[in-house]
Amino acid sequence: MSDELKPDELLDKIDYGPRSGSRPDSASGNWMDTTASVQIRPGMYCYAAKAESVETLGLPNAREWNPLDKDWKLPDNWQEIIFQGLKDRLEKFRTFKVFMDICVRCGACADKCHFFLGTGDPKNMPVLRAELLRSVYRNDFSTAAKILGKIPGGKALAGARPMTIDVLKEWWYYFFQCTECRRCSVFCPYGIDTAEITIMAREIFNLLGLNIDWIATPVSNCFKTGNHLGIQPHAFKDMLEFFVEDIEDVTGVDCTPQFQKKGADILFITPSGDVFADPGTYTCEGYLILFKYLKDKYGLDVTWSTYASEGGNFGFFTSHETMKRLNAKMYAEAKRLGVKWILGGECGHMWRVLHQYMDTMNGPADFLEEPVNPITGTKFENARSTKMVHITEFTADLIKHGKLELDKSRNANRIMTFHDSCNPARGMGLLDEPRYIIENVCDNFYEMPPNTIREQTFCCGSGSGLNAGENMELRMAGALPRANAVKYVHEKFGVNTLGTICAIDRATLTTLCEYWVPDVEVYGIHELVGNALILPGEKKRTEDLRFEPLPGVEEEEDE
Amino acid sequence: MNQKYLIPLTAVFLLFIVAYTGVEGAGLQWFFGIVFPYAAIIAFLAGFIYKVLGWASSAVPFRIPTTCGQQKSLPWIKQNCIDNPDTSTGVFIRMILEIFLFRSLFRNTKAAFNKNASNRLSYSWEIFLWVGALAFHYSFLVVLLRHFRFFTSPVPSCIKFLEYFDGIVQLGLPGIFISGVVLLAATLFLLARRIFDAKVTYISQAADYFPLFLIIGIAATGLAMRYFTKVDIIGIKTLTMGLATLSPTIPEGVGGLFYGHIFLVSILFAYFPASKLMHMGGIFLSPTRNMANNTRAKRHVNPWNYDVKTHTYEEYEDHFREKMIEAGLPVDKKE
Repeated sequence: MSDELKPDELLDKIDYGPRSGSRPDSASGNWMDTTASVQIRPGMYCYAAKAESVETLGLPNAREWNPLDKDWKLPDNWQEIIFQGLKDRLEKFRTFKVFMDICVRCGACADKCHFFLGTGDPKNMPVLRAELLRSVYRNDFSTAAKILGKIPGGKALAGARPMTIDVLKEWWYYFFQCTECRRCSVFCPYGIDTAEITIMAREIFNLLGLNIDWIATPVSNCFKTGNHLGIQPHAFKDMLEFFVEDIEDVTGVDCTPQFQKKGADILFITPSGDVFADPGTYTCEGYLILFKYLKDKYGLDVTWSTYASEGGNFGFFTSHETMKRLNAKMYAEAKRLGVKWILGGECGHMWRVLHQYMDTMNGPADFLEEPVNPITGTKFENARSTKMVHITEFTADLIKHGKLELDKSRNANRIMTFHDSCNPARGMGLLDEPRYIIENVCDNFYEMPPNTIREQTFCCGSGSGLNAGENMELRMAGALPRANAVKYVHEKFGVNTLGTICAIDRATLTTLCEYWVPDVEVYGIHELVGNALILPGEKKRTEDLRFEPLPGVEEEEDE
Repeated sequence: MNQKYLIPLTAVFLLFIVAYTGVEGAGLQWFFGIVFPYAAIIAFLAGFIYKVLGWASSAVPFRIPTTCGQQKSLPWIKQNCIDNPDTSTGVFIRMILEIFLFRSLFRNTKAAFNKNASNRLSYSWEIFLWVGALAFHYSFLVVLLRHFRFFTSPVPSCIKFLEYFDGIVQLGLPGIFISGVVLLAATLFLLARRIFDAKVTYISQAADYFPLFLIIGIAATGLAMRYFTKVDIIGIKTLTMGLATLSPTIPEGVGGLFYGHIFLVSILFAYFPASKLMHMGGIFLSPTRNMANNTRAKRHVNPWNYDVKTHTYEEYEDHFREKMIEAGLPVDKKE
């Protein structure tokens, strides 16, 4: 990242006072007057969707285009499409309609957004992000604003503006600077959720073929090959077998998984990121070790699937319809294989989709059984309809019932803190399950400051499909609040490990730490479980899953 | 100068002048005292109902509460039953706290960036907006309820009780009502925030200043009538009782100040449904707050759910069959 902005240079740009500094602002004090001067700037935006990726799903207006170009190659009636798109969504989503009407602009959300805190750009205040869209809503759908608009200057007075190409570009720029993390929604006195507004805006973009490639291509891959990364079935199997070899080197035990096994007890689905890149791969090895342990000790039969090989869902960042089309594979595969229920790996937005959308979209899952942990007898009552259980709920239950033999000392060199991922925190409330596991596999655990964890957690800055390479300045700016809290515990308690239960986090927090807090490493929770779990018949371990010496081993060798 | 607040300020001032001169100069008491108040009440009720029905007519396709605490999961993990409710009782309590105590606003923090020294971002509890908002809403409510003494005869004892407590400091003559003073102070505080806090200035619209000036105008004229100028209170009650009993009359001797006051109140009512003030109704319908977080336990039905084109397993296997067989992956069809 040598050609990128240095951390100090990035910090120098931060200023929370919208009027000060060199920021463009008009004499009238009206932010709408600055719309035309918004520059889509390299480092802050993601490349446009490739035509072929848009075509895979048959979405509109597939073509090559460039956000920096003046001409976005829109259909002639693009304004009409937006109007109709807004109208449809106002009828289909009460959230959208209510949130368009009731904001009082109290400003409580203003400094809650990581992108505002990291960039100081006033259009990154959640309220203003929403106002970008509301101003057009008022122009097109509010009777009062229409009447007021008839007098000279009335439009500005009503806070209304017509849909122009500049407005569209401003929308595009800023709605791809929102990670749908919902932190603002926690503080809003009416629960206005900017994620919901961003979701609508992005649906509208997709009606015009204005997706970004970092979302559109994974979506296309996922549709065709079953996962975002486009890993074909044989390659998926190869990759897991490669992990199996590594695990055997470390433990001496063969943890070969099963694929597409009909009649297995449980279908396991995790984000393909865990199969693809470090450090997610180590978390994946943790899953393999856990399932091997449960198979040998308790006869639990877990299967993977190369067809349903993606837990994540970038369709969620495209449109509700696309989300449904990708998500359908999970139930379809569970049904085809005849498993009892589904277990889901560590992932953030995946769990927002599974928890709040899947059953509604693609259910009812009446072909599955209400999930029961066959080893402990625990009924997962909170998942009795959707029939999908989070792996930290599952593992926490096993640990609580003393079903796992764990050697904590193997993680003794890990001084932990835990990053709550946005979606499990604010779209689910999965907070204490991972913490319980951490406490049982690791001795040293320190929380980050209270305003930065649990429901107030900060996004990694790269969620909702913004984890591309070309928008690194944006990502690192958005990462600042999270990094700052990590740095705090790193300096205060010597924290060297940032635990997380999100596949995107495992990739993005690694970049974040390299940039802001270089001495901290990122671990998935099940990597720690994999290290601590004592497999039946294992050899004496000297290395952890990263082939680093286990704590205490070096000294022994010296003696 | 910022026209976003100068225009609303001028507008409120002009509205007052219109009513005052309309009455004092042109003798239009019947319009400002009878016609417009009735029209405003009708606009308020019709507009409010129209707006709420409009929201209610939109579907709630997904159950998407914002969860602000631990979910209900394993029996030994303590759930946060209020901030992450899974039952309607929990939701009810959450909504009550939200509506009556502004619980989410109570969480408000203020971020500060200490550049250079430590490069540290810090967050401190920021209570003033919550205090200001609570003071404003409750004092306004008390003032509103107290005014029912003008529309009832005899005055119900609950209103008298309220007056008694509102005037409990027993200061001055006529005795001061705390609510009126707090209302004026709170609106001035909320206005000052909009003008002096750069972030809030940036996001504020004319539509944010207008209701503030309007309410300040209402409070100021109200306080002026009670404490500073002599108004014919008997005459006013005759007029208001006439309105309440649908037999309106215009008494002699009620001055322009009162008509200015009632006109601003009428404007507020008429303006209400078309404005952000509708948050009063909207808060009840906000799906991130009024739904239980039990989507995995209890299926939510989307009224417009429709079938979509998916990529089936058969299509997938057809595409990859050879590679799958070669890799030793199970397939449904062998050739």
